[in-house]
Amino acid sequence: MLYMSGARSLAPWENPVSEHASAGHADDTAQGHGAPEGETRRDFIHIAAVAVTAGGAAAVAWPFIQQLGPAADTRAASSKDVDITKVPLGGEIRVLIGGMPFFIRHRTEEEIQAAQNVDVSRLRDPQTDDDRLVPKLDGTLNRAILVTSGSCTHLGCVPLGPSQGSVGEFGGWYCPCHGSYYDTSGRIRKGPAPLNLPVPEYEYLSDTVIKISL
Amino acid sequence: MSGQSTYEPKTGFTKWLDARMPIVRLAHDSFVDFPTPKNLNYWYTFGGILAVCLVIQIVTGVVLAMHYVASTDAAFASVERIMRDVEYGWLIRYIHSNGASMFFLAVYLHMFRGLYYGSYKEPRELLWILGMVIYFLMMATAFMGYVLPWGQMSYHGASVITNLLGAIPLVGEGIKTYLQGGPAIGDATLNRFFSLHYLLPFVIAGVVILHIWALHVTGNNNPTGVSVKNVKADTVPFTPYYTVKDGFAIILFLIMFAVFVFYFPNVLGHADNYIEANPLQTPTHIVPEWYLLPFYAILRAVTFDIGPIEAKLLGVIAMFGSILVLFALPWLDTSKVRSMRYRPLAQQCFLGFVIACVVLGFAGANNPDDLVFKFGADKLAMSYTDANGGAAVRTFTEFAEANSFLATLPSSAAGALEVSASGFKWLWVAQIAGAYYFAFFFILLPLLGVIEKPKARPASIADSVHGKKKTTAAAVAATSPGPQTTGSLKPAE
Repeated sequence: MLYMSGARSLAPWENPVSEHASAGHADDTAQGHGAPEGETRRDFIHIAAVAVTAGGAAAVAWPFIQQLGPAADTRAASSKDVDITKVPLGGEIRVLIGGMPFFIRHRTEEEIQAAQNVDVSRLRDPQTDDDRLVPKLDGTLNRAILVTSGSCTHLGCVPLGPSQGSVGEFGGWYCPCHGSYYDTSGRIRKGPAPLNLPVPEYEYLSDTVIKISL
Repeated sequence: MSGQSTYEPKTGFTKWLDARMPIVRLAHDSFVDFPTPKNLNYWYTFGGILAVCLVIQIVTGVVLAMHYVASTDAAFASVERIMRDVEYGWLIRYIHSNGASMFFLAVYLHMFRGLYYGSYKEPRELLWILGMVIYFLMMATAFMGYVLPWGQMSYHGASVITNLLGAIPLVGEGIKTYLQGGPAIGDATLNRFFSLHYLLPFVIAGVVILHIWALHVTGNNNPTGVSVKNVKADTVPFTPYYTVKDGFAIILFLIMFAVFVFYFPNVLGHADNYIEANPLQTPTHIVPEWYLLPFYAILRAVTFDIGPIEAKLLGVIAMFGSILVLFALPWLDTSKVRSMRYRPLAQQCFLGFVIACVVLGFAGANNPDDLVFKFGADKLAMSYTDANGGAAVRTFTEFAEANSFLATLPSSAAGALEVSASGFKWLWVAQIAGAYYFAFFFILLPLLGVIEKPKARPASIADSVHGKKKTTAAAVAATSPGPQTTGSLKPAE
């Protein structure tokens, strides 16, 4: 009440104590903070306002976070059909799907035998060779064709394989980054990598075409 | 407005921080305990709204730049990819494109406020000039941003504007080539526009800080134009009074913004810009975005030479002059009275000025040769090649007359008939409104300060508030304790 006499009567919604508290800066000590009985309505408004603001902020943040994720066209490009008849016997082809490397290997009879004859219980990541294959449409396994991810499970390097002329001690792949050795089923046999080369999600569309998905 | 700071750090951390970098004190003195005239109305909320607009444009712009490709081959497709494939890309791009319009809408209302209440006058000349620098940077940023989607309007709009600079004598062609980075708008232009479009908003943010700094030295103007004389009686602290008032206005503004984004996202744009740029085909009707239309109208209004200066160059001078004149405004207005509330003649002249600006906007949107309204009946105009091989035109009122005249002509005359209407051209509208625009600054404002007799002004802000009979919000505020600060406002009036 600075220059008016302070005679104006307060409307029912006005709270003299909290109004002083919010407007008073230098004279907090003189006015004190509001008495507890007068604070309910204003507290309700404050809490409601903060709640609405927080809800609005979250609603605005959502699209701005979502836009960082893969776009619809990126997601649509996350599978590829591969003609396996193009893979030479004893060799492999490498495909990129959404920037991720995959190996499709046409194994020789010796390589299949080597993969089948391993004592699974002694492996770091135990898996039989048949576990790492996907049946054809008629339900039988095509053991000649092995499909694996092309990134080493250690730190994501792309291992060398038959096309680079370096298959390592176990006849499969050799990762030159930190010396991980994979066998002809893509299983880890030696070196720092903890897991086998993962088998991606894929299916036989026919006897000669497979569809690999991310 | 550097009074003694009332900030008292309470916790150990804030005391530690305050002794090393008093950033909390700065914020407190600038936005909490900042003495603000108690009679500010809603016209004064656009400063806060503009700050919000700038933040929205920067945030959405940074996100769009993550998905945009600045290349003539890929730009258009990348924008369509944002619209179709990027998660919520449509929303973010629509916020950004409509945000530009909202930004200009708010800045025009902010400038209107400043003009009406004389906020550019002593001691706020520099504050006004900094505002004009921001406005100029905004126009440059908006222009370059409009080029980025690489639509038909982007390409040909940029082509028209950069070619304008070629009209400047001696250096024009050089400037144009260095701006375009080649013989025409192309990859080089698109990349430098993208780079500058990303840079300039941060320059704007820097000038905004200077703008607020200058504001906080002189303090706010107010609707009466009367300076603060008694900080206790005339002002209230910025928080909570104006944070709440600004906050409320920001919410209303954002609701209107959202209506555009969600229901009319393309109403302020041009359909032509959804066609990929084709340098071989110009759209029939090139127009800039609405917020630049008045200046475009002034550019096209100059169709006559003055002495040795050709019309094209004169149009460029008039267009840039119409912006630059705003920088000189504090010295063109000779009146000692700030607020037009107390200037009856200036009020009317200013109303005319606002109308002229809006009319210029419409004139800019229309083809200069199109007619606002017709006078007289339509006529038939026959154009043909006369006996001497020159072009000739003859008008008729009846088709039969024209037809019989055509029969007398040899076939080599190649007579062609079209309807010719006479009426009031948009060009003339632009010329009249443009003339008023300049007359307002160069004739009316200097003259009014001398001949006008202002109305009586209140002795102080407090008097103007309490002179009212009704209990207004400001009067309620007045009954609560005012700030205890000792601001160092120097009364100028």
